[in-house]
This record gives sequence, C-alpha cells and structure tokens, in this order.
Amino acid sequence: MNAPVIELVGLTKAYNIGTPVEAEVLHGIDLSLAQGEFAALIGPSGSGKSTLLNIIGLLERPSGGRLSIGGRDTAALPEAEITALRGRSIGFVFQFHHLLPAFSALENVMMPTIIARGAPDDEAEATALQLLDAVGLKAHAHKKPAELSGGQQQRVAIARALALRPRLILADEPTGNLDTHTADDIFALLRAFNQQTGCACLIVTHDPRLAARCDRTIQLVDGSIASAG
Amino acid sequence: MRFRLPFAPLVALRFLREGRMQTLLILAGTTGGVAVIVFLTQLITQLQAQIVDRVLGTQPHVVIRPLEEANRRAFDDPAAAVVIEPRAQRLRSVDQWENVARLAAAMPGVTAVSPTVTGPAFAVRGQANKSVALMGIDAERYRRIVRMEEYMVAGRFAVDGTRAVIGSELAKDLGIRLEDKLRVALPNGRDELLQVGGIFDIGNKDLNRRWVFVTLPLAQSLLDLPGGVSNLDLTVADIFDAQAIATRLQGATGLTVDSWMQTNAQLLAALRNQTVSNNLIRSFVILIVALGIASVLVVSVVQKQKEIGILRAMGASRAMILQVFLIQGALVGAVGSILGSLLAFGLLNMFSAIYRNADGSPLFAAQLEPRFIVLAALVATGVGLASALIPARRAAKMDPVQAIRA
Ligand SMILES: Nc1ncnc2c1ncn2[C@@H]1O[C@H](COP(=O)(O)OP(=O)(O)OP(=O)(O)O)[C@@H](O)[C@H]1O
Ligand SMILES: [Mg+2]
Repeated sequence: MNAPVIELVGLTKAYNIGTPVEAEVLHGIDLSLAQGEFAALIGPSGSGKSTLLNIIGLLERPSGGRLSIGGRDTAALPEAEITALRGRSIGFVFQFHHLLPAFSALENVMMPTIIARGAPDDEAEATALQLLDAVGLKAHAHKKPAELSGGQQQRVAIARALALRPRLILADEPTGNLDTHTADDIFALLRAFNQQTGCACLIVTHDPRLAARCDRTIQLVDGSIASAG
Repeated sequence: MRFRLPFAPLVALRFLREGRMQTLLILAGTTGGVAVIVFLTQLITQLQAQIVDRVLGTQPHVVIRPLEEANRRAFDDPAAAVVIEPRAQRLRSVDQWENVARLAAAMPGVTAVSPTVTGPAFAVRGQANKSVALMGIDAERYRRIVRMEEYMVAGRFAVDGTRAVIGSELAKDLGIRLEDKLRVALPNGRDELLQVGGIFDIGNKDLNRRWVFVTLPLAQSLLDLPGGVSNLDLTVADIFDAQAIATRLQGATGLTVDSWMQTNAQLLAALRNQTVSNNLIRSFVILIVALGIASVLVVSVVQKQKEIGILRAMGASRAMILQVFLIQGALVGAVGSILGSLLAFGLLNMFSAIYRNADGSPLFAAQLEPRFIVLAALVATGVGLASALIPARRAAKMDPVQAIRA
C-alpha cells in the first residue's frame, strides 16, 4: 500500500465562530486517500461536501483536527507555503468551470504553470496544447471561455487542473450541469488521467451511476462520514 | 523564443483591457490631471521667466554705487530711533573704481562688469528740449550688461568721439533720424553737439525717451567727473544669486551694492506668491487624480473578486495579486502622464497662438522641458502606485473561497 496522499484526522469546520449563529458543518472527519485512488464523494445537499473539498484543496482552513498532504501537516505551514502547495500539488475542478474570461482557453490551461514559474514559456504552451488535444479542444485553443459551450468549458477546466501534473485532483460536481452524454465524457477523461499519471482523485457527484464507476464511494451525511467504501 | 510578459504585468494588462470603460475613465482622469499640472507649471514658469527676462533685459543684475551721503543726528541713546534725513545727492565717483571693478570681476558668479557715468542733461533740437539721462559707457562692455544690439532699430550700438546712440521715443519727439545732429546741454553749462549713430527701442517708452549713450570720456568731461564713474554694472551667471553676490561685494568694498532682487522686491514677492498658489493647485490636482485612480481600482477589485479567487486557487500568492493591481495603477499613471504631457503641449501651442503681445509676437514659446515631463511621469506613476495600494491590499487579503463565492 502506498503512502496516503491526504490524511484527515478528527477534522472539524465551524462557521461564524463566537457568534450566536455559530454552526459546525463538519464534525470530526477521519479520511485518507491513497496514491492513484479514484474516489467519489456523495451525500445530500448541504451535507458539507463542498466544504470538505475546499478544506482538502487548501482553499479554506479547518477549525480543528489535522490535515496532512503528502505526509506534511498543513496546520504548521505559513500562508505562503500553503499557497505554493496548493498551486503545485492540487488540481481543482469547480462545479462552474471558473475559467478566467479575459484569457483564451490555451492561456487558462497555461495559467497554473505561469503562476508556478512566474512567466509563460514555450514548454508550458506545448504542454497546454497537448492537454487541450487530449480533451478534444485543440481547435478551440485560442477561443475565450465565453465562446465555448458548457461541456467545452468544463473540459478546459479539467485540462487546467492537470497542467502541473498534480498528485491530487479535486472535482466539485464537475458534471453537475451537463447532459448525461457529456458528463460521461468528462468522467472518462478524469479516469484516463488518473490511470495515466497515478494521481489520486476525489470527485463530488450526485450521480449514483458515476459514483458506481469509482474505486471507492465516500458518503457524507450531516457533516459526518456515513460510509467510506 | 519570443518575448512573453511575466505573470503580474500579463494579468494586469488583461484586466485593464477587459475593464475597457473603467480603464478609459481613469486614463482620462489621469491625463486631464497631468495636463493641468504640466500646462499650468509650464505656463507660469515661462511667463515668470519672461517677466524676469524683460525686467532684467534693461537693467544690470547688480549695481555698485558710491556710499550715499546722509545727515545723521548723533544720538547717544541706542534705543532712540536714528532719524536719517535725505540730502540732495551730488554726482560722485566710485572711489578707486578700477580696483573695485577688478575685485568684482574676480568674484565667483560674476560674468561681466561695466563702468558707467550717468547724469542728467537736456537734449535740444531747434525749439524742442527734452530732459534725458546721459550715459557714458564702453559699448563693448555695456553690451554684456544689457544686450543693446538686440534692441537696435537703426544704426549700430557703438559710441565713438561725439557719436551717440539714442532711443526711438526721443528720436520721434525731436524728429531725429540716423546721422542727424543733436545738442546736449548740462546743468553746469557745458554742452556738446552729438551725431546720432544708432537708435534703439528697448521696449520701455520711458527709457526710449531718456537714455542717451555717449563714450565714457565724453560723459566724464561733460559731467565734471574726470576719470571717475558713477556706478559699476554687473552681470551674474545665476540671476537668483544676485542678492548673495551683492551682499558679499558690499562687505568687501564698503560701497552701496544693490541687486535687481532688492530693486524689484515687489515683483519678486508677486512671483513667489504665484508659485505658492501654483503649488497649491498642483497638490489638489494630484490629490484628486489619486482619489480617482484609487476609487476606480477599488471598484475593479470588487468586480475582479472571483478572478482573484481563481488565481489564488491556482497558487497565486498574495504578493502576486498585489503586484497585479500595483502594476495597473502604475501603468495608468505612466500612460496618463505621457498623454497628459502631449495634451498640455497642444494646449500650450494653442494658447501661444491665441494670446499675443501688443506687437503680435507670441506671449511665450510653447515648449516642454523633457526634464519636467520625466518628473511628471514619475510623480503620476508614483501617485498611481500609491492609490492602487489600498485596493490591491484588499484584493490580496481575500480568502480564495470567499472570493470565488462572491
Ligand atoms: N461561509 C459559510 N458560512 C456559513 N455557513 C456556511 C458557509 N459555507 C457553507 N455553509 C454551510 O455549510 C453547510 C455545508 O455546505 P456545503 O456547500 O459544503 O454543502 P454541499 O454538501 O456541498 O451541498 P451541495 O450538494 O448543495 O453543493 C451548509 O449548511 C451551508 O449552509
Ligand atoms: Mg457543494
């Protein structure tokens, strides 16, 4: 068995701490994800899936418990290192593509590399073009996101998440607002990259059909893990 | 390998291009502000320089005279006011003026020294009779005090024997043309027949009516001042050093030494007041431009919140986001100052074409000092940077999730 890519121990998250509307959204989550694992995160609306994913993705900080990424405890890391870790080791696919409207599809895919290296270069462009080719969008490389369909936008977002070959891919309902056929394509893409690069994937989905095609299904109910595959 | 912009300028430029309307708005504001500052400053500087130039065009920067004679009541009590009663001044020579002239010429900052003998006289032609100031000079040396050759309307600025140079008003009053004869009579009864070898128009009617230039020896003999001079005229390298040089010369010679700054104290005070109000206007314009840039950037930060969050989610640090907005501020400031300088140049050209002197010559030359444009660009860029700082920090501080959700 490989070393876990992520490990959560007794992780909690509360909002509005110290106010009358304080609410704990996640209660003592214990979870680990191994290298190369392809897992689905399911659960009813409001159960805390997005919150959990954001915390694992280092987009927000937990209120308690421990989160380790690649064996490093993130609680001790300063803001700058958290940011660097997030950029280099984690690829995030949002429910709504969240592409930068001012940049072309190609530039959007290059952006994580531009950020990591400080400037664009030929190699980053070549890699981005390869990725766009792999998601079937090479012909649309120079279009702005607004000129692409929803499925195309989401495929660009996946290419962007893969640009730096991260060890961990987090996807929050990547197929949520797509038709079944397109959703299957997107899902197949993620699966293919998972098999090629051996990255771990955690995918939030409401679709039991897709969840069934994952290695493992983690179920969240009311901020607690009900079953973890 | 082709040139590629690094992250921060790349994103800054895209954001500016994306928010076209806002960018144009701040750019217009910055351009207008810089134009007002450059235009005002250049206009006032040039007009001031011209006033100073005009005043100094007809007078020496520093004048050395004999000590004035005064009647002083001898009071022992130092607390009592000493009453100085003016006494009619008789014409006297500067003691040992050759030595004083040598000393003055050797003083750092002094570029020319010219001895002058001057006294009252009457210019007589037929029945007409005008009161004038006889000026005995060495034409070569005097030219370095007042650029007379530039003012000549007829003949040359040269005196020799009984050849003289007079002003255009006197020539008109007495009906004199070049090479005509003119008699000067002095209160002491002496007189001389002069031949007019040159007529000047110095741009001042009073001086055009009064000045009659003759040779130094002729004026000395007519005014009963053999070998003497009534004053030494000086030119200095930096006109605003005149007072300091005058004070030093006074200490060294014990004579009366006046600078143009003393004799034109009111003018100088007026120029200073103008400079103060100019500075005040500039400060306000800079403040308004800064507020303009800052407020539009604040709006832009709010609008770009989601994009900032996305960039942060992809690993952009706070410092990188800060840079993106600082570059936007600096860029707007720099481009605005270039456009503003061009606009100011256009305005100055228009202004100088519309407003002219009585004789039709332009009031001032429309010109921009490159040094000043560089300064304006630096200030505007600095203001852009400073006013971007607050919105930029706000943008950098945002939590990625918060930003994306908003
Ligand atoms: N910033 C916040 N402040 C307060 N409460 C919040 C905040 N963010 C989320 N919550 C609460 O946390 C709970 C979990 O939200 P979360 O978005 O994680 O649910 P989810 O499982 O992703 O739901 P869905 O399937 O609808 O996307 C919800 O009850 C929500 O109201
Ligand atoms: Mg959600």
